[in-house]
Amino acid sequence: MTPSLHLWLIPVLPLVGAAINGFFGRRLTRQAVGAVALTFCGAAFAMVLYVAVRFASLGLPHTEFLAHWIRSGDFFVNFEFYLDQLTLVMLLVVTGVGFLIHIYSVGYMSEEGGFYRFFSYLNLFMFFMLTLVLAGNYLQMFIGWEGVGLASYLLIGFWFTKDSAASAGKKAFIVNRIGDFGFLIALFLMIKHFGSLDFGQVFAAASHLSVETVGFGLLTSIGLLLMVGAAGKSAQVPLYVWLPDAMEGPTPVSALIHAATMVTAGVYMVARSHVIFDHAPNALTVVAIVGTLTALFAATIGVAQTDIKKVLAYSTISQLGYMFMACGVAAYSAGIFHLMTHAFFKGLLFLAAGSVIHAVGGEQDMRKMGGLRQFVPVTYLTMGIATLAIAGIPPFAGFFSKDEILFRAYQANPVYWVIGLFTAFLTSFYMFRLLFMTFYGDYRGAADGHDDPHGHANHGHGSPHESPTIMLVPLMILALLSLGGGWIGIGGRFERFLGPVFASGDLSERAAEASHVLEHSLMAMSVATAGLGWYVAWLLYVKRPLLPQRIADSLGGFYEAVVHKYYIDELYATLFVKPLVEGSTSILWHGVDQGVIDAAVNDTAHGATHVSEAARHMQSGNLRSYAGWIAAGGAAVIAYMIWMGVR
Amino acid sequence: MLHLVLFLVFGAICVAGAINLLAQTHPISSALSLVVVMASLAVEYLLLGAEFVAVVQVIVYAGAVMVLFVFVIMLLNAGEEERTKGSRVAMILGVPGVLAGGLLVAWVLLKRSETGSVTLGSLPGYPKTIGNLLFHDFLLPFEVTSILVLIAIMGAVVLASRPEAQIPPPGKES
Amino acid sequence: MVPVSYYLILSGVLFACGVIGFLIKRNIITIFMSIELMLNGVNLAFVAFAAQWQHLSGQVFVFFVMVVAAAETAVGLAIIIAVYRTRETLNVDQVNLLKL
Repeated sequence: MTPSLHLWLIPVLPLVGAAINGFFGRRLTRQAVGAVALTFCGAAFAMVLYVAVRFASLGLPHTEFLAHWIRSGDFFVNFEFYLDQLTLVMLLVVTGVGFLIHIYSVGYMSEEGGFYRFFSYLNLFMFFMLTLVLAGNYLQMFIGWEGVGLASYLLIGFWFTKDSAASAGKKAFIVNRIGDFGFLIALFLMIKHFGSLDFGQVFAAASHLSVETVGFGLLTSIGLLLMVGAAGKSAQVPLYVWLPDAMEGPTPVSALIHAATMVTAGVYMVARSHVIFDHAPNALTVVAIVGTLTALFAATIGVAQTDIKKVLAYSTISQLGYMFMACGVAAYSAGIFHLMTHAFFKGLLFLAAGSVIHAVGGEQDMRKMGGLRQFVPVTYLTMGIATLAIAGIPPFAGFFSKDEILFRAYQANPVYWVIGLFTAFLTSFYMFRLLFMTFYGDYRGAADGHDDPHGHANHGHGSPHESPTIMLVPLMILALLSLGGGWIGIGGRFERFLGPVFASGDLSERAAEASHVLEHSLMAMSVATAGLGWYVAWLLYVKRPLLPQRIADSLGGFYEAVVHKYYIDELYATLFVKPLVEGSTSILWHGVDQGVIDAAVNDTAHGATHVSEAARHMQSGNLRSYAGWIAAGGAAVIAYMIWMGVR
Repeated sequence: MLHLVLFLVFGAICVAGAINLLAQTHPISSALSLVVVMASLAVEYLLLGAEFVAVVQVIVYAGAVMVLFVFVIMLLNAGEEERTKGSRVAMILGVPGVLAGGLLVAWVLLKRSETGSVTLGSLPGYPKTIGNLLFHDFLLPFEVTSILVLIAIMGAVVLASRPEAQIPPPGKES
Repeated sequence: MVPVSYYLILSGVLFACGVIGFLIKRNIITIFMSIELMLNGVNLAFVAFAAQWQHLSGQVFVFFVMVVAAAETAVGLAIIIAVYRTRETLNVDQVNLLKL
């Protein structure tokens, strides 16, 4: 029996940090708050490294029981932790990238109000995310799932005095909740049919059922409902609308939660539940279709956005679509691989964007940037590396993971590959567009520090300047990871590492059979499209900067639609939000709350008043009426006594 | 036979006096009717043989209590009753209630009771026997009632005495 | 030989008259006299039953009732005098300060 690694420490350490900062942070100095946050997050990271070192000697999957939770008849749920290769990968990504972002935040938020609150929330988020990843059963995963939604809401609405930030936080939480509803129904189905939520028991029971190729069987339903939950959390169509609005939060939040970790929880959950999906091919197909469509859809929107963070938000949605596409063709390890590399380069992109925003004193519109590479060279360099990575140019990280996905997609169905390739072109195009608009050309912004919309302290900007070192170091580390992070996948080493997890469904056998010629030619095509995107972006934004406007004018209405995100938000507002709000107001508020509940209490009080008003008239002060009442009462009593005697 | 006739005659006088009490408007007339009632009740007691009670009734009740009533009526110069707005409850609920209760009791008594009859003068109502009972079995109540009378006297004196300062009466209602 | 029920009916009539007098009369002294009427009716009932069961304690009770009635009359009339002094009226309908 493998001795306990005390896995519970990994989530609990950030929780302690969150509690300290939350309760006492107001009285601590900024240095103290930052030190507390970094210490506990770093301690969690150190624990993960320790586990990684001991990993080879563990029997897998390694489970640790912490405490009993629910014991209801035959249904048991415990607090337990589950460790296998997939968990280890996720742990390293979450704690590693999380720790770097914590360091970055100390610098980024150094002049903001509510410093201690920010770090308390950030550590709280780490706690919930680690609970999600280390969970040994679906219910504990759901706790982490809900908790990261809560942390996301708190952090998006961090500047809660701003209406748009508060609304964005609410939107994120509500749309997440819709997905969580699907997740919950899936859990209920599992409880009903499998009698347990424990991973081991659920997967064992599922694997004994036959593969459902036709129609909507139990496993297909569970799979589709889990996908609904994943679509909410990981911002897939149609529940993606919260992610662009979530950019209202501080940039480190966008980096950590909405790029590297929380939004990947959906992918992790689908990968973890692969046993269910392998027995439900229809559900898997739906996953693939959703992922592919989302990837394309979001990329088209991202092409026309002018806010630097919005472009990155749509890029995140698109890349998550890739991950779901991978899972949808049962290439789970490829999806996880892309998850890992995406955490590196997208985290870096967001942090660098934060650095850029910080440099220009709060401006986020790319049209007012430009020519920044002489002002912020380190930021430019790291962002350039990240852009190369996301575009899929070898030997950067993104190339290996994206290529793996496209290859598997081709093997499953060439249509996926075509759409994926076109999306890769768009990805490369809009990312380089971002790079060129921001860093090349002439500086189009106001030179003085102007009214900044994001509460950045205005420290008298003259011209744009580089960020402090504490913000640059994480950028550089992430740049190195974006450069070399993909090399772990060369020769299928990463796939073999994750092999035992996905043993039942991975297509590694199929991969080995495929011809190397096919693989290499596909690889060449994807590099070519990436390069094409780069070239077109250079053409439109460096060489002939007047061209984009003319293209936009010629496309007319279609371009307008794309800029306005295909009016999806407006559509949802009319279809769902407005009827719901009005229904709530008229039926639930006026009708039930005021009409029934309040009325019941008020009417009871009024009734008591009326009764006493009526009874008051008995107190007339008139002797004769009192005597009259006594006489009548006496007669009644006599009558009753006679009646009782007579009976 | 004689018993029944006497009972009926004096019973009629009793009831007539009671009704007259209700019918008269001046309190003095009502007081005199009450004296008539008490006197006829004393005869009824005699018919039953309760001599002592009959005599005490005349002496104490008719002779002292009613005299006190007449004194107070004349002291306060009570005049004829004015008709004022009465109480509807008393009229609607009270009077019918009493009548109904009375009729019910009468019906029960006449139809269902197993009471017997009494003969003329059947009670041994001599003072000697009553005195025996009073001072042996009912000694405690006797003593307590004497204290009660003492308290009543003191209370009456205190209540009726003129207060030191004359408080002007509040505005009379018309 | 008179049945006891006749005596009881007479007693009941007297009592009813007393109650009705209490209800319909407006002069406080007359109301007081109605109370005395009620007490007399009750006394008659006591003596009638004492005669039926040949028990002397009925008469002793009548004795006590009379004593109490006398004491009550004294005190009640004193109160009426006191009320008359403050309210200047003997009409019971006008003494209604306890009205809610």
